[in-house]
Amino acid sequence: MKMTRVLEILPKSLWVFHCNSGSCNGCDIEIVATITPRYDIERFGMKLVGSPRHADALLVTGPVTKYMTDRLRRIYAQVPDPKVVIVVGNCGASGDVFFKSYSLDGPVDNIIPVDVYVHGCPPRPEAIIEGAAKAVLLLEKKREELLKAGASR
Amino acid sequence: MARERNPIQVIYLAERICGICSFSHIVAFVRAVEDAAKIEVPIRAQYIRSLVLELERIHSHILWAGVACYTFGYDSAFNLGMLLREKVMDVLEALTGNRVNYGVGTVGGVRRDLTPKAAAVVREMIAFYRREFETFLDVVTEDPIAKARMRNVGVLSPEDAVTYCALGPTARGSGLRVDLRHTSPYEAYGDLGVKPVVPQDYTGEVYGDVYDRFLVRVMEVIQSLDLLEKIVDGIPEGPITWEPKLPKVLASLKAADGTGWGIIEAPRGDDTHIVKLTKGEDNLTWWKVRAPTYSNAVSWPLMFMNQEIADAPLIINSIDPCISCMERILVSDEKIGRSEIVTKAQMMEKCREKTRRLMGA
Repeated sequence: MKMTRVLEILPKSLWVFHCNSGSCNGCDIEIVATITPRYDIERFGMKLVGSPRHADALLVTGPVTKYMTDRLRRIYAQVPDPKVVIVVGNCGASGDVFFKSYSLDGPVDNIIPVDVYVHGCPPRPEAIIEGAAKAVLLLEKKREELLKAGASR
Repeated sequence: MARERNPIQVIYLAERICGICSFSHIVAFVRAVEDAAKIEVPIRAQYIRSLVLELERIHSHILWAGVACYTFGYDSAFNLGMLLREKVMDVLEALTGNRVNYGVGTVGGVRRDLTPKAAAVVREMIAFYRREFETFLDVVTEDPIAKARMRNVGVLSPEDAVTYCALGPTARGSGLRVDLRHTSPYEAYGDLGVKPVVPQDYTGEVYGDVYDRFLVRVMEVIQSLDLLEKIVDGIPEGPITWEPKLPKVLASLKAADGTGWGIIEAPRGDDTHIVKLTKGEDNLTWWKVRAPTYSNAVSWPLMFMNQEIADAPLIINSIDPCISCMERILVSDEKIGRSEIVTKAQMMEKCREKTRRLMGA
């Protein structure tokens, strides 16, 4: 895999792409609360972006319905390396109340590798901010590993 | 999923049908179960249910108003709305312990009482909104650009609203006096005297456009504040559940046989749950949910007629849809036989461009 240009843009704020894989809106509403004035995660530079190609982190909510499986894989493939995946909510982590449903392929870690789990139904905005902070550290680590492996800046 | 669980376990599933009107779904579901099992709910519990329902309506409508402003590029109003909304989230948290899925409803009553401390928090919130909500109202309803973007956009005539079964604020925006809290009062609403909010009472005439639906929602927030005050003042003493011991509730649900209906006015319209219980079985026999968006989405094609693509996101938003993935359209020009797909991002950009155009003009 070519990692020549992607690494240049990494020493910067965390940009996040949000993918709703069949969530009930509860987590999504808390993510909106996280980016709006009360919790205002943008003061740490974190920002929701409109395309996975611009993102450093993929934020997944929901228990991954059958229709979303392929889309989630494609979205994950589009995020440039190094990347982290944050799962927000119990659904994405374990399926929660939907765990026996006939229309699920999830939880998320059945489909793509997950780095950070944020638990709660839905998690509080503070918990989402903590998850994002953990993701930044992981991202730094991954970046260093990639550099050691020989990727140029 | 639900057929493998007993009614008490299904409550948690019903709550997660929607993250915004979670309590409306619970109330509709437990009312259906209570109807099937012939359970009488104590008056105090009914008042607490109404209280949480109204709080939920406030948070849902403020969120919607903010998102509508965001759609046409009015980001400062969106952030103002979200900031205002945090207050009611605080109150819900003080009352129930959770911000989104409250988990207060149960078959035969509620799980948390309204303590004097929580009542004081609600009163303080009412005073806060009476003071602060006016600002938001002024910013949006008095703004000429906002008015230009919403007036005569996505018109739905009262006749069409009846024909196509529009519900809730969508129908009231077209001037129909339909509100389940008024026409068939449930829980404590019989004591509260709810009047449906229709635009003709405020502006004198009905357009049935996005602006009217906006007006209906913001006026309902103010109406909800009055209702909350009445609820907190008039709440009677008494037990909060029909039967506090869960095994006894489950035993009586196992013995119950029949079909039950629960229909309530959720923030978006009528939310209907139908439940069938069979004697001798722990689990539900079947359960049917009809959320209001099913009915409201039918009237979209009428609203889209003779409108610009730039207005499409606003019109879609105006019924407050509860869908996750409705974000691209197919534009076809029949005369030259050409079609192209416009994505959500392009559509939003078009929508915002129109606002800039209006501001420049």
